[in-house]
Amino acid sequence: MAEAHDLKVIGTRPVRPDGVEKVTGRANFGADLSLPGMIHGKVLRSPHAHARIKSVDVSGALAMEGVLAAVSGSDFAEQTDDLGRNVIARDKALYHGHAVAAVAATTPLLAEQALDAIKVDYDVLEPVLSIDQAIADGATLVNEEMHTNGDASQPASNVAAITKFERGDAEKGFAEADVVVEGEFRVPMAHQGYIEPHACTATINEEGKITVWCSTQGHFDVRTQTAAILGTSISKIKVIASEIGGGFGGKLSVYLEPLAVKLSELSNRPVRMVMNREEVFRATGPTSATWCKAKVGAKKDGTITAATAWLSYEAGAFPGAPVGPGCMSVLAPYDLENFSIEGLDVLVNKPKVAAYRAPGAPQAMHAMECVIDDLARELGMDPIDLRLKNAADEGTQAPYGPKFPAIGLKACLEAAKAHPNYTAPVPEGCGRGVACGFWFNIGMQSSAEVLIREDGTVIINEGSPDIGGSRASMCLMAAETLGIPYDRINAHVADTESTGYCNMTGGSRTTFATGMAVVQACEDIIAQCKERAAMTWDIDADQVDWDDGQAVPKPGVNADVDPLSLADIARTWGRTGGPILGRASVNAQGAGAGFSVNWTDLAVDRETGKVDVKAYTAIQDAGRAIHPAYVEGQMQGGAAQGLGWALNEEYIYDDNGVMENAGFLDYRVPVASDLPMIDTQIVEVPNPTHPYGVRGVGETPITAPLAATSNAVRDALGFRVSELPMSPPRLLEAIDSQEG
Amino acid sequence: MGDYAYAAPTSLEEALSVLESQANDGQRTQILAGGTDVLVQMRSIDKEPRTLVDIKHIAETNALSIGTDEIFIGAAIPSAALNENDELKGLLPGLIEAADLIGSTQIQGRATIGGNLCNSSPAGDTIPALMTVSAVCVIASPGGSREVAVEDFVTGVGENCLESNEILVGLKIPRPGNNSADAYLRFIPRTEMDIAVAGAGVALTLDEGGTCTSARVAIGAVAPTVLLVEAASTALVGTKVDDDALNAAAAACSDAASPITDKRGTVEYRKKVVGVLCKRAGAIARDRASS
Amino acid sequence: MSKLHVTTSVNGQPEEVLCEPHQSLLDVLRDELGLTGTKEGCSTGDCGACSVTLDGRLVCSCLVLAAEAEGKEVGTIEGVANPDGLHVLQQKFLEHAALQCGICTPGFIVAAKVLLERDPNPDETTIRYWLAGNLCRCTGYDKIIRAVQDAATELAHEA
Repeated sequence: MAEAHDLKVIGTRPVRPDGVEKVTGRANFGADLSLPGMIHGKVLRSPHAHARIKSVDVSGALAMEGVLAAVSGSDFAEQTDDLGRNVIARDKALYHGHAVAAVAATTPLLAEQALDAIKVDYDVLEPVLSIDQAIADGATLVNEEMHTNGDASQPASNVAAITKFERGDAEKGFAEADVVVEGEFRVPMAHQGYIEPHACTATINEEGKITVWCSTQGHFDVRTQTAAILGTSISKIKVIASEIGGGFGGKLSVYLEPLAVKLSELSNRPVRMVMNREEVFRATGPTSATWCKAKVGAKKDGTITAATAWLSYEAGAFPGAPVGPGCMSVLAPYDLENFSIEGLDVLVNKPKVAAYRAPGAPQAMHAMECVIDDLARELGMDPIDLRLKNAADEGTQAPYGPKFPAIGLKACLEAAKAHPNYTAPVPEGCGRGVACGFWFNIGMQSSAEVLIREDGTVIINEGSPDIGGSRASMCLMAAETLGIPYDRINAHVADTESTGYCNMTGGSRTTFATGMAVVQACEDIIAQCKERAAMTWDIDADQVDWDDGQAVPKPGVNADVDPLSLADIARTWGRTGGPILGRASVNAQGAGAGFSVNWTDLAVDRETGKVDVKAYTAIQDAGRAIHPAYVEGQMQGGAAQGLGWALNEEYIYDDNGVMENAGFLDYRVPVASDLPMIDTQIVEVPNPTHPYGVRGVGETPITAPLAATSNAVRDALGFRVSELPMSPPRLLEAIDSQEG
Repeated sequence: MGDYAYAAPTSLEEALSVLESQANDGQRTQILAGGTDVLVQMRSIDKEPRTLVDIKHIAETNALSIGTDEIFIGAAIPSAALNENDELKGLLPGLIEAADLIGSTQIQGRATIGGNLCNSSPAGDTIPALMTVSAVCVIASPGGSREVAVEDFVTGVGENCLESNEILVGLKIPRPGNNSADAYLRFIPRTEMDIAVAGAGVALTLDEGGTCTSARVAIGAVAPTVLLVEAASTALVGTKVDDDALNAAAAACSDAASPITDKRGTVEYRKKVVGVLCKRAGAIARDRASS
Repeated sequence: MSKLHVTTSVNGQPEEVLCEPHQSLLDVLRDELGLTGTKEGCSTGDCGACSVTLDGRLVCSCLVLAAEAEGKEVGTIEGVANPDGLHVLQQKFLEHAALQCGICTPGFIVAAKVLLERDPNPDETTIRYWLAGNLCRCTGYDKIIRAVQDAATELAHEA
C-alpha cells in the first residue's frame, strides 16, 4: 500500500464531479422526473395504531372522475415477508400511518380527495406503545404468532428475539472491582430527518417490463424487494437511482415503489408517488427508542474488571430492531476479560424501524459511555486517561469475536488529549463531556466498470448511490491508480441494467468496497495498457511498467521508445486490439473498524433548562481520507444529528399511538443558529485490506455525540439526566427537583 | 363541496363585496395576507375548499404611517418590511422584535402582524407585544369601520371577534413618548424556527428619576388567549423596576398563567418560564426606556 | 375548478401559466414550468428547500400561491449563475464541500445570495440566524457557513 507521502491526488480536495449540477439545481432527485401522461399516486393510511382490517372497499374512489386505479392489500401477492406486509397492510394495521390502500389520479389533489372515498372497516385493538407495556405480564400482543427466538414451546410474546454476548465471569469481575458504577437510560425514537421525502416514478409497458426511477440508497435492493412484493422476476424490473436527498439508512427499504408499479399496471400510465413530510415521519422507518442499563466495575487504578449491558430496543410493528449491532458496539472500545451483554428486540405498534446511521450503536454506546464517565469521576481520573487505560487495540478480541487488526482508537485518544480544544480549560459557566464512538463497518459486494474514451479520458460506472460525495472519491482513487489527472475522470451511478450488481450504499462501505472495485478495474485497465504497449514496442507485457500514467519499459529492458500515455494508447487502440475497458467485482473482506473520540463544551441556562452548545470537536480514524473534506463532512453531519437527538429530537406519541409532532416544526432538528463550528481532526491508521488504507467513516460520527452531550450536561449541572432528549422542560424539571 | 378560488381585490370596497358575494353563493372565504398560517392549515389541518381573498393589493392594508400621536401598521405589511424601518424599530422595538421572531427569514418575508393576530393562536408572538403597546384593531365591515382594542380582539384559541364579512385593515398604536419602551421575549427550545412555549411582553414608561409611571405586561402561550397581567403592572408601577419589583411581576405572571401540557411544554414548565421571561423582558424595557 | 391565468416573470423571463387557485408557486415552478431546481421538503415553510425570491424578498415558495406571483419577479436557483459562469456562492459551496447530498443546496444558495446582497459583511452569528430557515441534515452547517463567509470576502474584493 502506498505511503501517505507517495500519494499524488488522494488526500486533496478537488470539486466533486457532480458538483456543478447540484449547485445549479440541475441534478435530478426522486420527485424531479416527469413522464408524458404521468398521473399521481397517494396512500391511504391507518388512523389506528392497532386494528384488524375487516374489509377495504376502493370502489368509491374508482368511481370518481380522474381516478384511474386503486389498490389494497388483497391486490398483492400473499406475503409471508415482513417488508411486503409493511408496504401495504393485509389483515392488520400495525401502526398509525400503516398503508392500507393507494390510488392514482390525474392530479395530486384528486388523488388525495379520492382517499376519502375509500371505505375501510376496522376492528380497533389496544395498541402496545412502549417496551414497558410490551414486556409486562398479560401484554396485548402485536403479533399473536411471535415467539421469542422462534421458540414455540414458550408463550407468544412481544419480545421477538434476545441476543447475548458473554465472556469470562462478569459477577466475579464486579466482586474484584474497587468501584462499581451503574445507570439506566432512555433514548427516544428519532428519525433520520433526510430533507428529501421518499419519491418515485414507475412505469410498465405492454410486455410487463417495469422501469422505476426513485430516490434510494440501493437500487438493486429496490429491484429485489419490488419483484418479491409484486411476485414478478427481477429480470422484468429496471431501477434508475435518482440523486438522493439524504438517506442515513432510511432509504434502504421500499415503501412506495411496489404501490406505484401496481397502480401503473392498472392505469396503464406512469405513476409518480411522493410522500409528504407528515407521511415520512409517520410511516417510514425511524430508529428504535431504547431502554438500556449499563454497569461497569474497575480497580482504583482505572483497570476495568467487568461490564454488563442490558439493551432493549423498540422494533416497531415487525421484528428487526438493530439489537445485534448495538450489542456489538456497546463495549467495542474496551479490552475486557469479563462482560455480559443482553439485547432485546421488542414489538410495539409503531412504524417498523429502519437503519439510522450506525443503527443501534448510538443508543447502546450512550448508556455505556455515560457510565464510563461516571466511573472516571468516581476514580478521579481524566475521562480520556480512563479510556486509554482500557482501550482496545490491535490484537484485542472484539466483544463480538474477531481480533481487531490495526485500529485507531488509541491514536484518536492521544490526539484528543493533545488537542488545543481539550487542553483549553472549560469555558466559564460551561460543562465538558467526552465519549468514544465506534462502528464495525462492512464490505459486501460491489462492481465497477471503467471505460476509456478514445482521447484517454475515463468514465467510471458503478452502482453505489452517492449520498455524500462518493463519486469524488471514486475519481480520486482512479486518478491515483491510473496516474492521470483527476479532471480527466468522471463517475456515474449507473442503473441496474447498466452496471454490475452492487449492494446498497450503507454500512460505510462505499469508499471501501466500491472503491476497491474501482481500483481493481483500473488495475485491469493498466494490465491491458501494458499489453498494448508491449505489442506496440514488440516486447513482452511483463517487461512493461506503468509509471505516472504512462507505459514505460521496465528498467534494464532494451527498448529505445517514448512512454505511451493512456491517451496515446487509446488513440491507437484500433491497431492493438480494439477499445479498452476495465472491470472488477468484489465481495470485499476486511472492512476496518472506525473509532472516534468526541467532546463538547456547553452551558445550561438554569432558569429555563436551555442548552447552548459552545464548541464541539470530533476526532476519528478514517484509515486514509481519500477526500478529506467529505470525511470531515461525515464527522460534522453525524455530530449534528447526535446533538439534535440528545437535546431536542424525539417522537412524541399520544395514548392512542398517534405521533403528535410529525413535522419539522415540532420534530426539532438542529438549525444553523443552534450549532457552533464543528472542529474535526482526521487520524489515519491505514486499513491494510484496502489498496489505499480506507476505513468507512460515515456511521461512526453519530455514535459518540449522545453521550458526549449527556456527559457535558452532567458536568455543567453537577448531576446526571438519564433520559433523552435533554430538552428544556426535562432539564428544568431535573434542576428544580435537585434544588427543591 | 365547493372549489378553491382566489380573488385579489384592489380596494376595501371591492374586498368587502367579494366576501359578501361569495357568502351568498354558499362559498367559504378566508382572508389571505402572508399565507404562512393560512396555507399550512389549508393543506394539512382544515382541507375544505374556499375562496382566498388576497388583501395585499389594497392601499389601506399596506399603509404604514408614523405620526406625532399615532402609528398605523397595515395588516398586509410583511414583518421583514417592518424590520427594515429604523424609525419604527426605534419607537416600538419590542413589537418589531416580536414580529422578527416569527419563523425564519423566509417566513418573515411574508408573515404579517395582522395575520399573526388574526390567526389568534395562544402563542402568536405579536399579540403580547401589541397588547403592551395598547394597539387598537381597525376593522372594515359592510356597515363601515369599527375599532377594537387588541386585548378584546382574540376571543379563544384560534378565534377572534372578526365576522366572516369583515377585514382587519391594520393596527393603530399610540406613539410612545420619550422614556417609554417595550420589549418582548419568548422561550423556544432551539434558537429559531419554533412556536413560542411561553412569551412575555413588557411596555413601560419611566419618569425623569427612573421611576415607572405606567406599565403593561402581557403573557403568551400560557393560556387559551394572551393575557394582560394587571398584577404584574401594579408590581412595577411606582418602582425603579429593580430586581424585587421584577421578581414580583414575574410571580404575578406565573400565577396568572393557566397553560396546558402539550408537545411543546408542560404546565409547570410554562408557568415557571413565563415568569423568567417577564423578568428579563422587564429589565430590557427598563434599560431601553432609560437610554 | 377553473384555472387561473397568471402572468409573471421568472429569472428575468416573462412566463404565463395556467394554474389551480390552491396551487403553490412551488408546484407551478416545478410541474408547469419544469424548473425542478427548487425542492419540496416539507410544504409547511419549515425547511427552506423551496426558497425563492419574490420581488427580491426571500420566501418559501411552498407558502406562496402561484396566483400571488402575478405581476411579480420570481428568482429561483436556475437564475443564480450568470452567463459567464457560476455565482461566487456556487463556486464557494463547491470549493468548501458545503454540500453532501445536495437537496438543500439550491435553497441555501438562494437564501445566502439575498443575505450577501443586503449585508456584504455578515458575521458568523448573522449568517447562522439568516439561514436558520434552511435545514441541512448532512453537513452540520459548518462548511456552509464557511462557504458563505468566503463568498462574502471574495465579493467584497470584487466590489
